[in-house]
Amino acid sequence: MASYNLKVNGKSVNVNADDDTPLLWVLRDELNLLGTKFGCGIGQCGACTVHLDGVAVRSCSLPISSLVDANIITIEGLKDKALHPVQEAWKELDVPQCGYCQSGQIMTASSFLKQNPNPNNDDIRNAMHGNLCRCASYNRIEKAVALAAKKMS
Amino acid sequence: MKNKNKLTFSRRNFIRTSALASGGILIGFNFLNSCKEAAVPAVDVSKLNFNDFNAFIKIADNGYVTIYSPNPEIGQGVKTSMPMLIAEELDVPWAHVSVEQGALDTKNFQRQVAGGSQSIRFGWDALRQTGATAKQMLINAAAAKWGVDASTCTASDGIIKNSTGDQLGYGDVVNDAAGMEVPENVSLKSPKDYKIIGKDAINVDIDKIITGEPLFGLDYVVEGMKYVSVARPPAFGQKVDTFDATQAKSVNGVTDVIQFGDKIAVLATNTWAAMKGKKALKVEWKADENLESTAQHDKELNAILDSNTLDVRREDGNIKKAFAEADEILERTFESPFLPHNCMEPMNFYANVTEEKVYLVGPIQTPAGTANRIASLINRNPEDVHLEMTRMGGGFGRRLYGDFAMEAAEISNITKQPIKVIFSREDDMAAGIYRPAIKYRIKASIKDRKVTGYHLKEAAINSNMYGLIPNFFPAGAIANYKIESGNYKSNITTGAWRAPYTNFLAYAEQSFFDEIAEALEVDPVQLRLDLLKNVKDVEDKSIDYSAERMTNTIKLAAEKSNWGNSENGVYQGFAAYYSHNTHVAEVVDITMKNGVPSVEKVTVAVDCGIVVNPTGAKNQIEGGVIDGIGHAMYGNFSFEDGKPQDVNFNTYRLIRMKETPIVETYFVENELSPTGLGEPGLPPAGGALANAIKAATGKIITKQPFIDTLQNRKTDLNA
Repeated sequence: MASYNLKVNGKSVNVNADDDTPLLWVLRDELNLLGTKFGCGIGQCGACTVHLDGVAVRSCSLPISSLVDANIITIEGLKDKALHPVQEAWKELDVPQCGYCQSGQIMTASSFLKQNPNPNNDDIRNAMHGNLCRCASYNRIEKAVALAAKKMS
Repeated sequence: MKNKNKLTFSRRNFIRTSALASGGILIGFNFLNSCKEAAVPAVDVSKLNFNDFNAFIKIADNGYVTIYSPNPEIGQGVKTSMPMLIAEELDVPWAHVSVEQGALDTKNFQRQVAGGSQSIRFGWDALRQTGATAKQMLINAAAAKWGVDASTCTASDGIIKNSTGDQLGYGDVVNDAAGMEVPENVSLKSPKDYKIIGKDAINVDIDKIITGEPLFGLDYVVEGMKYVSVARPPAFGQKVDTFDATQAKSVNGVTDVIQFGDKIAVLATNTWAAMKGKKALKVEWKADENLESTAQHDKELNAILDSNTLDVRREDGNIKKAFAEADEILERTFESPFLPHNCMEPMNFYANVTEEKVYLVGPIQTPAGTANRIASLINRNPEDVHLEMTRMGGGFGRRLYGDFAMEAAEISNITKQPIKVIFSREDDMAAGIYRPAIKYRIKASIKDRKVTGYHLKEAAINSNMYGLIPNFFPAGAIANYKIESGNYKSNITTGAWRAPYTNFLAYAEQSFFDEIAEALEVDPVQLRLDLLKNVKDVEDKSIDYSAERMTNTIKLAAEKSNWGNSENGVYQGFAAYYSHNTHVAEVVDITMKNGVPSVEKVTVAVDCGIVVNPTGAKNQIEGGVIDGIGHAMYGNFSFEDGKPQDVNFNTYRLIRMKETPIVETYFVENELSPTGLGEPGLPPAGGALANAIKAATGKIITKQPFIDTLQNRKTDLNA
């Protein structure tokens, strides 16, 4: 058990955890940030996606000991005062079915659009390929990413 | 037009109202009691008290409405669409309505279940009647206040008006309405006057979902509860021999290790510690029963297909004669593997068993049955059990089975503390209640360029097609017709998986119809339309689908997909299927890339009667179709010595974004009572895809997953 300093959603936090504890479980069990979801535990489904220094990462596969002074944004910290354009697009197109994977989808999409603000359809399909949706809301995810890009331009 | 889905409905005394101390009115109604077919009340409804109702509407004194929805939400959208039915007839702006998930309270709520795509079909009359009755009571209260006859008043958008131009809001009269007699005969709106039904209503939980608010079972946390990881036998047929928990107990955060039955629970102060503790357990498992393998199942199922001792499920005419007199006989055997459900939210449940109460919280499709089973498992009075449902991260049938909730209750009962059982993905896939492996052997006889006989045998693990499935298409379309089934009892647990049986039966039959069409040298769509002309479903009540509705659905799909006129390099495949009271036809467009299909587009025509919530309805079809394509292409699950060969998404392949087609959905427009959409979009998808692959390559695919056949073929060509 060691003590770690992190910046999560703009706030400095200190947590005590074993050094192999994945960021996912630090967020969920220690910081009570439950929007980041557990899906597979091996970085294959994307339900646990958060931003680490602005880049989408799989929090289930990142041990806390690798995160010295890391700046983390979770789904709870994505919106400013208003919803993020990706969240707006998700709402406008009524994307979710069960909704469980959607915070991970939204975190992947928002990081992707920061890197590629004018994606074509293939870019979107490539970028979102790593995130599973068992309800298969893929058509709407694809459209919502394109709509969000339009909103952000 | 005939409406197969009409449910008779008696609304006698199924509503009761009371004033709320905080202002407003609470309306209780017997949701499932009131909308059973035949509508025979289970109890004397005139003697009901408030605790006997299972769904509630609250109208606050500001006119805002809260609907406590009784049915669990698994992503099928009923938490949005069912309240729409009440709001329509109550005639309030949708923006003034909020929806709460009703808990399972063994006193107040009874018979709550999600399954079989039946919520909207059963709720249609009851929910509209309830809304209309409440509206009439509000009108009556306003009329009494004005001293005018209620028949001179109207109500709309939460405002009541009389003939002299006076107005009152619902909120102004709710307290009076609470004391009024419940009217017996209220009229319902004509569909042309609908303001909410038929308009898009966005998922009522949307804001919580997109901002990451806790909603799901895995998000339910109680201060001080223990997180539990359970070691279960790694193979079906095994039991615990001995175990050593020394290392597990030395993991930081692990508080306790207990054995219950043939499982070992590791309790910890956080999830990671529980999972690590489980990995540190040293368990010796011993075989207690046969350890079964897929190769063995294959032999057993083939033996059933070869035998003549199956159960006859439907028989028309004389197939023996038809086959004896045939010009040509076609025969094909279709095979499918077991499939895990793979809900994105792994199984989990919270339990706190105390001397006074048994508290249970989590994602469950069958709260009442599960609560009762838990009560008998831990020897408690069913009235002690309090169960609350969370939103569910997918169901697909898996959460009909309360095994994970029973584990939670048993562990809490033994350790006397609040706990939550959390499955890892590996636990979830390896301790499944799978879609059973199934084989179909279908034979058709052709005489004078017509189909004269049809014989289908089903061989399945553990159990067979249920209920009315033998009466689905092509029953009634072919004069000599026989459906038989048999099964092999395995110790591998199996159960319902989205569109049980039809999810594979439709693929087998719809692929086979393309072979029949080829033999008859007729267009595959035309073959179905010709066969449907033989169906006398109006006279023959044993036929469960409507030939007229199926015909219209097929024609709409053909028209919208530009059937038969695809671009160069694009190959089309067609399938149509009726299941869960809804008629669906699909056309799949593919191109071939390196011997593998790229599924470009699926055009879907659906007859589900009135479409209650178009955005939600299309979402269900888009999801169902892609789910069907994905599992047909990639879904594979096998056993060696009782042990599942895949336990996570690194080797178990689910469809992903780049493999998905664009789904275009069209609804047949009519004013018939609505039917469900959670399942019916899935069954035709695999068959339509197989038929497109046949159009592109000439290859008949007889086995799921298709990718295995296609890749073997590629290897053959290279050889």
